[in-house]
Amino acid sequence: MAEPVLSIRNLSVEIPTRHGILKPVDGVTYDIAAGEILGIVGESGAGKSMAGNAVIGLLSPPAHVSAGEIWLNGERIDNLKGDAMRRLRGKEIGMVFQDPLTSLNPLLRIGDQLVETMLTHLPISKSEAEKRAVAALEEVGIPGAAKRVNSYPHEFSGGMRQRVVIALALCAEPSLVIADEPTTALDVSVQAQIIALLKRLCRERGTAVMLITHDMGVIAEAADRVAVMYAGRLAELGPVRDVITAPEHPYTHGLMASTPLASRGKSRLHQIPGAMPRLDAVPDGCAFNPRCPRVADRCRQAPAPTVDGNAAACWFPLQHEEAS
Amino acid sequence: MALVSVKNLSRVFDVSKPWLNRVIEREPKAFLTAVSEVDFEVEPQTTYALVGESGSGKSTIGRMLVGLLNPSEGNVEIEGVDLANEKDAAKVDAIRSDIQMIFQDPYASLNPRWRVRDIIVEPVAARGGKTDGLAERLLEQVGLSVKDAGKFPHEFSGGQRQRICIARALASEPRLIVCDEPTSALDVSVQSQVLNLMSDLKDNFGLTYVLITHDLTVVQHMADRIGVLYLGRLVEEGAPDELFERPKHPYTQMLLEAAPRMDGFGREVAPPEGEIPDPINPPPGCAFHPRCPLAGDICRQERPEMRRIGTTRVACHMAEG
Repeated sequence: MAEPVLSIRNLSVEIPTRHGILKPVDGVTYDIAAGEILGIVGESGAGKSMAGNAVIGLLSPPAHVSAGEIWLNGERIDNLKGDAMRRLRGKEIGMVFQDPLTSLNPLLRIGDQLVETMLTHLPISKSEAEKRAVAALEEVGIPGAAKRVNSYPHEFSGGMRQRVVIALALCAEPSLVIADEPTTALDVSVQAQIIALLKRLCRERGTAVMLITHDMGVIAEAADRVAVMYAGRLAELGPVRDVITAPEHPYTHGLMASTPLASRGKSRLHQIPGAMPRLDAVPDGCAFNPRCPRVADRCRQAPAPTVDGNAAACWFPLQHEEAS
Repeated sequence: MALVSVKNLSRVFDVSKPWLNRVIEREPKAFLTAVSEVDFEVEPQTTYALVGESGSGKSTIGRMLVGLLNPSEGNVEIEGVDLANEKDAAKVDAIRSDIQMIFQDPYASLNPRWRVRDIIVEPVAARGGKTDGLAERLLEQVGLSVKDAGKFPHEFSGGQRQRICIARALASEPRLIVCDEPTSALDVSVQSQVLNLMSDLKDNFGLTYVLITHDLTVVQHMADRIGVLYLGRLVEEGAPDELFERPKHPYTQMLLEAAPRMDGFGREVAPPEGEIPDPINPPPGCAFHPRCPLAGDICRQERPEMRRIGTTRVACHMAEG
């Protein structure tokens, strides 16, 4: 197998507080290959965004990487200092956030924002960058790009702004794009446009994508593989079809079953009892054990086996007859 | 008889610039039509869902149903009483206690300085009713503990707060609850808990819901009848099976096609084109015509009337049964 673009090994993030050390990310391991879309799902507080922010070096103190390694294109990046990391950000890693209005500078024309990014990271002249800015906007499907480079962010609608953000993330030709809830603030029809755009651009350029979202439907349609997170840990990792149709981890199973679906009709929805533990009260053993229908003594004592490759982090994974 | 009857309902907002700017820039007044000639009826003990994207006017309709906004034109009748125009104060008062609302953000809709007990009994206490043990009883009914009554809202998670909002809505024993995006701020596993609770309460108390949401999966699960809104206009109304199986309006078709599906692995659909037009200057004729694959000349000139096709109602010149 080819060298993965991004490789996260046993990553942990810690936040020291007055009430003890919180671990929003705890021993997470996954790879993303070139041209692959890895979906990261989980509920609020599962640590999915924290893991993404750790990769791009945007953890706000006192949060910090406490253990593990992050490798990008064969280089270790978790120990890079400010300047080196800044050169990487934007150049090698593009970022798309949830709210397109707060990720654009309201005082600069969007053309200038694109040009600035390209001049910072690419060895090209200003006139070349200006040409490329128009091309970048055309590529993300903004009509009348040659005129629109002179517009300010407030002159665009939400969907168009998110397209601009994607153009910005991709203009320095990064090898990895981290998309953190890129469509959560958008309407259904615009969401479909943005997801289709992300998929197309990544396929054409062979960019690796980390797609962080809580929407299983988006994951099912866009991702190649999916990582399910629970209380800072990886619960399950595998090809998207396997994880959604035949989940092995009881949490993934519960999550799928509680999503309203046409095929389930009006019957009662499945409920996972309780709620995700607070970070200062993660139970011993498997973090899911107080809510798990298959819990046994072993789950309360030893942490579940860690996910490596395609598997569920569970002592007693659900068996499926059609396991592929 | 229908519990809620909405006739020819419109709401226009004045979004003009201040007077001096208008004079200097020689601009006329600007009006935004948030809701335009909407008709529908809600039968007792059913769930009527209003779906639409942002700017479709669904929340504005919800606020007019409970009387937080007055209609610009048309009227809302609840149990035959028009709240905005009824002169008999006693009648209005009686109807008001039959209507409650649940909001989207359970963090913003609970007073952080009040104890849960006081929050829940407020709708009854404000009318001078008896509140002994009421909060405790309601808390048990929504799946919380009796001793939670003495706590403050910040001690609860989002899902638990939404349960408190539901308990408060139930306190005055309403017949109609308008739910504006009740689960949009919640995670999937918590959403299923709240939706199940809402279904149980509906059966136990004989409630009627008007459910306002953009989430089609929730609508399909909960609704007995669905109204689809586009740019303030009702474009299609029907029973969930009919609407999801055989959508008649091109906008409904587009919306259903664009919604991500759990079984849509690697699905490649041509994403919908265009965006919702500016509601201050809506397109003439049918509001959807600039994005519609079926649009003809008549669509650009005449606004389509609501027509009945089978059990559904559709506002489209081109739709066929």
